[in-house]
Amino acid sequence: MDQSTNRSRLITHVLIILIGAGMLYPVIWMVTASFKPETLIFSSPGLFSKEWTLDNYINGWNVVRDVNFSQFFKNSFLISLIAVVANLITCSMAAYAFARLKFPLKKLWFACMLMTIMLPAHATLIPQYTIFHNLDWVNTILPLTVPKILATDAFFIFLMVQFFRGIPRELDESAIMDGCGVFQIYTRIIMPLAVPVLITTAIFTFIWTWDDFFSQILYLNTVDTFTVPLGLRLFLDSQGQSSWGAVFAMSVLSLIPITTVFFIFQRYIVEGIATTGIKG
Amino acid sequence: MKSSEAVTVSSVQKKTKISKETRKQYIAAYIFLLPWLIGFLGLVLGPMVSSLYLSFTRFDLLNPPEWIGFANYTEMFQDTRWIASAKVTMTFVFIAVPTQLIAALLVAVLLNKKMAAVGFYRTTYYLPSLLGGSVAIAILWKNLFEIDGLVNQVLVFFNIEGQGWISHPDYALGTIIILATWQFGASMVIFLAGLKQIPKELYEAAAVDGGTKRQVFFRVTLPLLSPVIFFNLVIELIKSIQVFTSAFIISEGTGGPINSTLFYTLYLYQKGFTHFEMGYASAMAWVLVFVLGVMTLVIFFSSKYWVHYEDGGKL
Repeated sequence: MDQSTNRSRLITHVLIILIGAGMLYPVIWMVTASFKPETLIFSSPGLFSKEWTLDNYINGWNVVRDVNFSQFFKNSFLISLIAVVANLITCSMAAYAFARLKFPLKKLWFACMLMTIMLPAHATLIPQYTIFHNLDWVNTILPLTVPKILATDAFFIFLMVQFFRGIPRELDESAIMDGCGVFQIYTRIIMPLAVPVLITTAIFTFIWTWDDFFSQILYLNTVDTFTVPLGLRLFLDSQGQSSWGAVFAMSVLSLIPITTVFFIFQRYIVEGIATTGIKG
Repeated sequence: MKSSEAVTVSSVQKKTKISKETRKQYIAAYIFLLPWLIGFLGLVLGPMVSSLYLSFTRFDLLNPPEWIGFANYTEMFQDTRWIASAKVTMTFVFIAVPTQLIAALLVAVLLNKKMAAVGFYRTTYYLPSLLGGSVAIAILWKNLFEIDGLVNQVLVFFNIEGQGWISHPDYALGTIIILATWQFGASMVIFLAGLKQIPKELYEAAAVDGGTKRQVFFRVTLPLLSPVIFFNLVIELIKSIQVFTSAFIISEGTGGPINSTLFYTLYLYQKGFTHFEMGYASAMAWVLVFVLGVMTLVIFFSSKYWVHYEDGGKL
């Protein structure tokens, strides 16, 4: 009996490891390929090479004349960081109002907020583009950051409302006794206690903004405003299939920020997904 | 008499005092709500109404929109590329969503045991979901399935002759479906959380009744997990119907070969932002919203027949 459960356990482990390794193999292969000389990348499907080089990284970094990936990374980081800070502040403000304060039309606005979670971005796409175009904001970071400052990521508001509702109201009441107003309750009670949901919001805002290829390709058309994903796309346009090594090298670099965030905040991410259904 | 009058007076005074307090709170509430409210009115509600209007016009961004009634909508049904894009997207949704959910469920059941390294396995399987939406992985995928790519090199070992999967109209969509299925990890994590909620007593009772593993899975696990399946189904539907990045990168923005990867959102992008037929693109967007809405409603209404709530589904 014991032996058979042990054996079935072993089989499960082997199965899980084999499938997992198979799934991650392409990514691992890309990482090793990025360090191989161009001519050796496709010589075998294995991971090892008789020669290793950093040339791909050097060539890839300077993909086009005048502009290189340091500019693209700067742009990507700037946009993502503004998005994170903006979502943390404005989404939590709206969530605080919905979760704790009384005001006229509350139910209506709350229903509107819920509706926008499910609404595909395409329904507002053309007029939004027209607005940003008329404001002369195309080819600036504004179309990518101002919507975050205006808390359009309703999903995070919903997430925070749920969390704020779980914070005991007695804390608010005793704060009021101590002379705190509505604003102090927000800054001194709610926000410090909401750190877990704020971290979840920050992580997913960062990942989603970093990868938000659709908005970036719409609004950023000049090379100096390009983000990392748009920089990667340059390879497909200009040099075609001749320089896969360089493409892989920059692809690997583009994944590092997201992967780093993931491994630092892994616990929050997995818990966040499990408890809220948020997706990576 | 006098005292009761006094009471009324003081209660009236109190009332006005409260309403002053209340008014202060209303103002404070609206200050907190203000960024969202501006965003909602200016970037969501306004544009929604406006795009509905634009869908009945011809509009190229530079000239004022010109009213053409339902012409954009009727044109769609004669537009072979639109029909192709609707077919591609529906094929994708109907294959990728179920395969992804089934893979997620199977692996979740496999991982839902007390054993060593579960946390590590969970991370491993989640990683593709984390990375999969990026341009980098789409580029990798494009390379994997090229004629001299990794997939064909591996197939040689099995004596299977490969081909340029990406450039073949019968297989190109398949590579994108595989990419989507590859990212089952996020759904799996949600399933795992759901599996942990199922009371142990039910399994013990099933064991006492002599249920086989298969019976336990179909009679206990699956019904109790149905709310989570429902949730994952809705989320994946919304996500899949809007797929863009992978199709754009793998087909280099064309939707080829022969429109085989012309996803709906990719065609919408082409119409709106390379042909500048923004009225048509708006109409396409509203058809998308409508179809997604209908599909979501169908799932919601069908849910009472297959989703099992412990508390009887009361809110």
